[in-house]
Amino acid sequence: MFSYILRRLLQMIPTLAGVILLIFFLFKWFGGDPADIMVGLSATKAQVASIRTQLGLDRPVWEQLWIFVQQIFTFNWGKSWATNEAISEIFATRLPVTLTVMIPILILQVGLSIVAGMAVAYVRGSLIDRTVMLISTVALSISLLVYIVVGQYVFAFLLGWFPVQGWSDSLWKNLTTYAPLPILLVVLVSLAPETRLYRSFFLDEIGHDYVRTARAKGVPENAILFKHVLRNAMIPILTNVATLLPGVFIGSFLIEAFFSIPGLGREVVTAVNRSDYPVIQAATVYLATLTMVINLMTDVLYKFVDPRVVLK
Amino acid sequence: MSMDIVQALPQSPGVWASAWKRLKGNRVGVVSLVITLLFIGLVVLAQLGLVAKDWQKETGTAFAPPHFIGKIVDGSQTAVVEGAQGTAVDISDIDPLTPRYKEWAERAAQFKTSVAEKSDTLPFGADQLGRDIVSKVIKGAQVSITVGLISALFATIIGTFLGAIGGYFGGKTDDVLEWVYNVFTSIPYILLMFSVAAVLKSGPLAKVFNGGVWTVIIILSVVGWTGIYRLVRAEYIKHRSREYVRAAEAIGATHMSRMFTHILPNISHVVLVQLSLHVVSFIKAEVILSFLGLGVPLDMVSWGTMLTEAQAELVQGKWWQLVAATAMMATFVTAFALLTDALRDALDPKLR
Repeated sequence: MFSYILRRLLQMIPTLAGVILLIFFLFKWFGGDPADIMVGLSATKAQVASIRTQLGLDRPVWEQLWIFVQQIFTFNWGKSWATNEAISEIFATRLPVTLTVMIPILILQVGLSIVAGMAVAYVRGSLIDRTVMLISTVALSISLLVYIVVGQYVFAFLLGWFPVQGWSDSLWKNLTTYAPLPILLVVLVSLAPETRLYRSFFLDEIGHDYVRTARAKGVPENAILFKHVLRNAMIPILTNVATLLPGVFIGSFLIEAFFSIPGLGREVVTAVNRSDYPVIQAATVYLATLTMVINLMTDVLYKFVDPRVVLK
Repeated sequence: MSMDIVQALPQSPGVWASAWKRLKGNRVGVVSLVITLLFIGLVVLAQLGLVAKDWQKETGTAFAPPHFIGKIVDGSQTAVVEGAQGTAVDISDIDPLTPRYKEWAERAAQFKTSVAEKSDTLPFGADQLGRDIVSKVIKGAQVSITVGLISALFATIIGTFLGAIGGYFGGKTDDVLEWVYNVFTSIPYILLMFSVAAVLKSGPLAKVFNGGVWTVIIILSVVGWTGIYRLVRAEYIKHRSREYVRAAEAIGATHMSRMFTHILPNISHVVLVQLSLHVVSFIKAEVILSFLGLGVPLDMVSWGTMLTEAQAELVQGKWWQLVAATAMMATFVTAFALLTDALRDALDPKLR
């Protein structure tokens, strides 16, 4: 187990190096001159030169790459080009906000989809099953944006159940007042496609011999589904949760932009619109690393969920 | 004698002919094919300027409602400011501009001004500027579908080419391409999109593309090729040592010819299905990018920009733009997705 984890960690190095090179050269070659972006058109030559020295732009490319690597490993990215706020400060203040919204979304989404997927798999082939499938096909064709626009209008503006948008400093107030509507909308929208996905996981298992054996010896259907099938369907479920996890940290940028939630997703979108490169670079590199770590953790978890899995 | 035998053998239909036959037998497939073709026809007509050419013309009053609702009489439209009462004082003796009024009046008379006729209702209403929603949504369909098709085509070309090279040659080439694939997929795709968008926004390439639709197309295709690469690579690994490829090698076919004239037609059904899957997801991605201000420029219209405008309109009770754009998009996307399913079933009867 230990040697497996070590080997996987070593395998991460070339990929991480690739991510760093990709981001560095993408911005280096196609990103334009940072000094021009920062000072605008009215800058004097001396101002431009001073910024170039500050950012190390007057040095050879390899030294600049080295500076970039150092920034990544020391978490010292300097200041945002647009607001002069320290990048580490931006991450420290925006990430908790994003997590406040995204963690409830993840828990509700996975919990509800497992139950709904199980229910639909139980009544497979019936009218309810086919109706759910049809609804999720049609529902998927409508843009998420439409659901958010209409949801905000109906639940917040017309019915007045929630505030239209807003955010406060208190975690409790956020969780009880401002976050419910975004959470509700995202969970509702994702429920149909997720249910369809989980249904297919369960249906794959229901056809197996052990289910027939369990039925034959008289195990109640509920126990079959929740004890036998659920346990065996854990691997695809885990894989699916692992693909959702990196999104928890970057947040639903659409939701954050729409409801003015001061989280990481909105920050990155704003950074793109302001050409605030360090924020985008930092978010990209760290999220890529996080994705790799999550993938590794998922692979290790497979072993715990299903002892038949051999890690090699 | 031998001629007779050849003639007696029933001709076996080709892959595409039999796929077409299967597709024709699928009722859902045929209906969605017809709907998709209607949309494509609409896009071509709009591209040629035959329909929705004047979408920018302000033919109605601001937020003119649809015909079936009728004119909205709430007073706000008809508020007229009362003119000042009393007679105007003649100040021509002290007004320094007096000598020139006549000259200006003559100059002004040379131009003909016509008051644009603005209708109070339009077939499906008007937007904030009084532009006809029907022509706007058609123009939006043109832009959205073109963006989706072209970027899916680019992503497919990139993915197929790299996948073919990696899968066919294997070894070091494959290792390098796998590394690139791992790098691209380890970055959450939305962040990669943002990075490319940021660079295209203020880098040297910004002047080349000038914030036009090409920016969106590049963002989507640079980020979206990885899935296709992976599938095509797997197909090439499967095919590269089959008899027909060995036979081609024996008669002296070059690597290029084996890759693209022998193997590619045999896996083209995989590529085609991937292409249509990506059209749908790229059309949806365009909506999100446009909402975030990274998509279609302001002087153009797409389903994404229409939905973005609809956010502010809905609060004022002007729902028609939202409904029009959503209905058009949902119809096209559903039809296209069902067509893709039907295509997959028709092209790969083993897969069920």
